[in-house]
Amino acid sequence: MGQIIQYIQSYRHSDLTPGAAGNMFWALVYIMLVFVGLSVAVIAMNWLERKILAHMQVRLGPMRVGPHGLLQPIADAIKLLLKEDIMPAEADALIFWVAPFVVVLAAFTVFVVVPFGPTHAITDMNIGILFMLGVSSLSVLGVVMAGWASNSHYPLIGALRSSAQMVSYEVAMGMAVVSAILMTSLHGLGPYGVSAASSGTGTLSMIGIVQAQNEQHVWFLFKFFPLGFIAFGIFAIAMVAETNRAPFDLPEAESELTAGFHTEYSGLRWSLFMLGEYAAMIAVSSIAVTLWLGGWYRPFANSLTGDTWDLVFSLFPGLIFLGLAAIAFVGVRRMPKHPYFRVQTIGLAGFGAVLGLIGLILFVPPVRDRIQDIFWFVAKVAGFMYLYIWYRATFPRYRFDQLMKVGWKVLLPIGIGVLILTAILGVVL
Amino acid sequence: MTDQNSSLSHLDLETPEKPFLDANELVINMGPQHPATHGVLRVILRLDGEKVLGLECVIGYLHRGVEKIGEHRTYTMFNPYVDRMDYVAAVSNGLGYCETVEKLLNVEAPPRAQYVRVILTELNRIASHQLWLGTHALDIGAITPLFYTFRDREEILKIYEKYCGARLTTHAFRIGGLQYETYAGFEKDVKNFLDFFRPKIDEYEELLTTNRIWVERTKNVGNISAQDCIALGVTGPVLRASGVKWDLRKAQPYANYKSFDFDIPIGQNGDTYDRYLVRMGEMRQSVRIVQQAVNALPEGPIMAKVPKVMKPAVGEVYHSIEAPKGELGYFIVSDGSTQPYRVRVRPPSFVNLQALDVMCRGQLVADVIAVIGTLDIVLGEVDR
Amino acid sequence: MQQAVQPGMQPVATTFFFYLLSGFTLLSGVFVITRKNPVHSALALIFGLLAQAGLYLMLYAPFVAGVQIILYAGGIMVLFLFVIMLVNLERSQREEQFNGQWVVGLLAAIALGGLFVTVYVKGKALFPYRIAQPVENTNTQQIGLMLYGQYMFAFEIASLLLLVAIIGAVVMAKKRI
Repeated sequence: MGQIIQYIQSYRHSDLTPGAAGNMFWALVYIMLVFVGLSVAVIAMNWLERKILAHMQVRLGPMRVGPHGLLQPIADAIKLLLKEDIMPAEADALIFWVAPFVVVLAAFTVFVVVPFGPTHAITDMNIGILFMLGVSSLSVLGVVMAGWASNSHYPLIGALRSSAQMVSYEVAMGMAVVSAILMTSLHGLGPYGVSAASSGTGTLSMIGIVQAQNEQHVWFLFKFFPLGFIAFGIFAIAMVAETNRAPFDLPEAESELTAGFHTEYSGLRWSLFMLGEYAAMIAVSSIAVTLWLGGWYRPFANSLTGDTWDLVFSLFPGLIFLGLAAIAFVGVRRMPKHPYFRVQTIGLAGFGAVLGLIGLILFVPPVRDRIQDIFWFVAKVAGFMYLYIWYRATFPRYRFDQLMKVGWKVLLPIGIGVLILTAILGVVL
Repeated sequence: MTDQNSSLSHLDLETPEKPFLDANELVINMGPQHPATHGVLRVILRLDGEKVLGLECVIGYLHRGVEKIGEHRTYTMFNPYVDRMDYVAAVSNGLGYCETVEKLLNVEAPPRAQYVRVILTELNRIASHQLWLGTHALDIGAITPLFYTFRDREEILKIYEKYCGARLTTHAFRIGGLQYETYAGFEKDVKNFLDFFRPKIDEYEELLTTNRIWVERTKNVGNISAQDCIALGVTGPVLRASGVKWDLRKAQPYANYKSFDFDIPIGQNGDTYDRYLVRMGEMRQSVRIVQQAVNALPEGPIMAKVPKVMKPAVGEVYHSIEAPKGELGYFIVSDGSTQPYRVRVRPPSFVNLQALDVMCRGQLVADVIAVIGTLDIVLGEVDR
Repeated sequence: MQQAVQPGMQPVATTFFFYLLSGFTLLSGVFVITRKNPVHSALALIFGLLAQAGLYLMLYAPFVAGVQIILYAGGIMVLFLFVIMLVNLERSQREEQFNGQWVVGLLAAIALGGLFVTVYVKGKALFPYRIAQPVENTNTQQIGLMLYGQYMFAFEIASLLLLVAIIGAVVMAKKRI
């Protein structure tokens, strides 16, 4: 028994991730935390998407199920679980079964290397970014399998289109990623700082990339401006196309002739596809945040230094949660004063109280210090999620040939150009 | 069917002898139930891979026999039926019918009635174009303008409801003028609406006009030349977007459009983008017309001296107006009795739909939906 | 950032994982050649390639493992699946499998197997007992240095070859639109 406790305690003084330290217990704990956190994030994304989309469209979104529709995702989940499980008559049963799981598996496995902090990752492979790109490309297989297993002409064409789109934009993503990796091998102060010749030891590990940004005192977004910005822009566009979201969602649009690959899926299987899609969105946003936006570092980590600034920025998590609690209480005040709404009012007040409590806990110094890295990382990823929803509300859809044209004839040449220029600047400067 | 001397022979339209199917072609049916066909329209597409070789529209799913009904109703009783044809722009349908019968009876609506008619008809033009914009953008994938346009359209429908009690099938006009006097606060409501609406057109344009995805989806999609338009009998914004400056409000003025000052937006290329710009321009011009009309609204009677039992003299008359969708014409033959002998409606959507084949040739399948949207058809009018 | 071999980074249960992964590879190989449905064969091949990536990891070559997943399993096999799904295969499935030459096939397989066994037995002295363990954390850098330093010419020729193949494919498949 003492040995087990010793084993658990031994990790607490290490400065490595559990995987790197070889500590199975903590690795499992982190895996469970990431899994639960991701599931909660997907549920929250579902609610947020419907509400934000609705508010952008001058309407309210779900308001009935729970106060302000907060319980809507749960109602949707229950509905999907209780739906009839239809399998097309001549469908290939094994592949039909496996396809959603492949998509979800690929999307969730990516999170093994996502760094929420310097030691807050499940593991830190030295091929971290390569692993992420590779595993997320396995979800293409799931899409193809789903289209094939439906044994119907239109889902097959939709699946092939969807996977062709994903594969094409992976190339553009790769170019942008390589530009960012190139920047990790440079050492210098500031974007155009004069330095000795670059040390040449770049890294593919996710934690290493973020630490390189810290050492170089600049987020790769602003490095060699505008090159880092353009590379980030290419990745930001390619990642939207990669996850089949608007404006690149022709393969799954309802008003088009060819149906999407998930047409024949109903109930729980369909919800697995949606789960995989949201998880993939969060995964590629994590890549973008890690590579260009400085990962878990707070804004102005190198220009506004010092204890006071650290304190100011460390108050953000608590303040944000208190702000959310305030919004919830404003909503409570505006609830109709009618007996039918009593339960909802109490529910919303309780929700606001929970948020406020979390905010207060986040002010306590030990928690405050530990939560910093995770908070900033999650905040940046949340910004990307908002962008995703904003794109969906604003843009019309690209036609399929225009979509492929953008991927191959616009993004790829610009990506190669940025790569070459980054390499030249990295050697010269 | 193809007249060798007609200007359309270069298009090689279908003749009954030519087979519709070919060995390498794929025939796809966009069934009567489809989210993007704006009603019960069936389109049979002949494809070669992704390219459209030709298409055939099968209509009649909404045929209700309106023209036949017209032969068994008196002129006044038939008035509510015309609203149901183009149910989106019911007020202008009513205007066309009432003016045609007034022409038959040789009466003229009093000035106040004409001003109110113009106000309500132009508001209806705005409402119809708003619905068109919302659904057209939705088909192309922009899901937000739908909600904005419907929200703003509500204000117009509120005015209609206050005036005549109905939002959609308004039956607003009567033969000889109006039945209801404008309610107290009508002018204030209309002026408030205009002030409310002017920045909204800019809002719609901001979302779409310079959006590169929108431009790529609509430029050079569904081109039709002016020559083809005239040969097919296409009217309305489709004709004007191809460069032909023909608007019945200016060319053959009716009601009292002569006393208003407005422009006619023209396009150049005859593609979907030009049709979009033309309709946006028309919304602005309608606002201008309504502003002038409501500023100059005279006092006076609202109904002309029309016999209670209408028995027009034997004869026939054709009168057409510029409905939001094109030239809406009524041909009424009277045999001297209280019921018309024949009421023939020339619906703009029906004639415009014939241009769908020409516009879709050589386009990709994904564009067919955009072209159907840009034609702005209403199946109630196509089928009657 | 430095992932030198730390106390916690010793490989775990090497033998077990080796047998497991190579068992998966063999099993998937058997499935590839025995399944009737070509899509099943392709999926079994993907599974085998992923197991092989695991074997590369065991050989301290993480970069090769990552590239195996990205390119082989995630790119090439997807293209395989495209072709299989686009070509109408139901007809060929219903046809009788041509296996009248199974005797010759068996003899050839036995001969090849015997060759392998002979080579192994006779040349056991040539195989080192343990190969030099590459440094894991600089695997990518080492490959990069070799590829762009020593083997630059071969790399350029290979990429030129691929370019020619792409252009040829585009030219052959290009029709109207």
